[in-house]
Amino acid sequence: MEPSIQLTSSGRLKHFLSVYGLDNALLTEILDTADSFIEVGERNIRKVPLLRGKTVVNLFFEHSTRTRSTFELAAKRLSADVLNLDISTSATSKGESLSDMLKNLEAMASDMFVVRHSQSGAAHFIANSVTPGVAIINAGDGWHAHPTQAMLDMLTIRQKLGRFEGLKVAIVGDILHSRVARSQIRALNTLGVEEVRVIAPDTLLPQHVECLGVKVFRQMAKGLKDVDVIIMLRLQKERMEGGLLPSEQEYFRLYGLDRDKLALAKPGAIVMHPGPINRGVEISSDVADGSQSVILNQVTNGIAIRMAVMSMAMGGQNECKSAIREAAE
Amino acid sequence: MTPDIDVDNLIDNMATEIDGFTSANSIDAYQLVGIRTGGVWLASRLQEKLGRAEPIGELNINFYRDDFSQIGLHPQVEASHLPFAIDGQHIVLIDDVLLSGRTVRAAMNEIFDYGRPASIVLAVLIDLGRRDLPIKPDITGTELALVKSERVKLIGPDNLHIQIQQINPK
Repeated sequence: MEPSIQLTSSGRLKHFLSVYGLDNALLTEILDTADSFIEVGERNIRKVPLLRGKTVVNLFFEHSTRTRSTFELAAKRLSADVLNLDISTSATSKGESLSDMLKNLEAMASDMFVVRHSQSGAAHFIANSVTPGVAIINAGDGWHAHPTQAMLDMLTIRQKLGRFEGLKVAIVGDILHSRVARSQIRALNTLGVEEVRVIAPDTLLPQHVECLGVKVFRQMAKGLKDVDVIIMLRLQKERMEGGLLPSEQEYFRLYGLDRDKLALAKPGAIVMHPGPINRGVEISSDVADGSQSVILNQVTNGIAIRMAVMSMAMGGQNECKSAIREAAE
Repeated sequence: MTPDIDVDNLIDNMATEIDGFTSANSIDAYQLVGIRTGGVWLASRLQEKLGRAEPIGELNINFYRDDFSQIGLHPQVEASHLPFAIDGQHIVLIDDVLLSGRTVRAAMNEIFDYGRPASIVLAVLIDLGRRDLPIKPDITGTELALVKSERVKLIGPDNLHIQIQQINPK
């Protein structure tokens, strides 16, 4: 098998592009490292010197508030210098190619690119073309993957329920267009939950979704029975216009999470949502703000998870750079 | 191999020395802080010997190591935990083995991110006598001379004892 582009020869993380190709031990190491960073967030001085003198470039080709700002905070808490590039205002709009732009950024001695792009595979493409020693973190690519979101969800589940074994997890909503769902399904299965379910109308399910290791439900009443975790996905309004759904009201009636539907899950089940939430479309306000909701914990955990993967990937790149130096001597 | 060192006896002596050092320097109140992992075992033993009720602090210095750029991040075990305010506090910092002083430097940097202590006293079980940095202990259990191929390790947490290991040449 071809060695993974994400790992060094000794099996440490050097890019973070996808949860595919990472085993239970490595995902657990990411969660454990993030746990230690949570403590850093509670200190007087919320900073550690791990990435001091490193430059992290947030390369966002697609708009994002939460993900970009938590990546920025994470890099700053690791003492890195951060450059935020909003691509709609940059030179690509003047026709500069992606690879030319990357070469220019590398010439500014960047050490890490955090990439969000509407095309699936963009982060992989960049990881394949950058100079050795530069780490790439995928902050969401097309419909493909959003691995830091999936890992912060895993951290939240472990924090609240203490384990993965024996858990039943339902992911509800627009699975078809969701990079978050694809990464979550893989991470949950790797970490060994008992069952991953998806609940959605046929128009919002990818073909052969059952091959990803999920049980498929079309009705909330059946799908939510006995689950420990409910993950609601954001319904992009433009899906209505595409004719995939009748109306927002109809969608909420069938697939929106309100108090009655929540009562079908296990007592004490937790409710998650990657944000931003559409109140009254996929989730009611009393559930989103209710005692079983852990939506804001997810945001806080996002900083710790991003600190963990950034420092682990930079560490792996350091290992590579040491090898390059030794070879040159 | 296990050298003929009675760790219990050394801890007794260190407790007496901590008492002596703090009273000689008019330190009425202080906190014990151990560096993971061996330093934390020692700190909790010293806490018992000194008959102290206050909880000990625990430091995991991985985020402050100076070899991150060479070897990357060590897999994390447990986070640091300082269950008291650092500002204005006298700290007795405890580690098992003092070799280069780099761990102690990292620990001091970390402590200062929690606040500004009044003072830091360094207590180590074993001083190997090498110095890469101007850091030396105030309180020492024992001194030990090793040859280059040897390294020393505190084994615990129960029945604390010292082991000298041979480093395999690569």
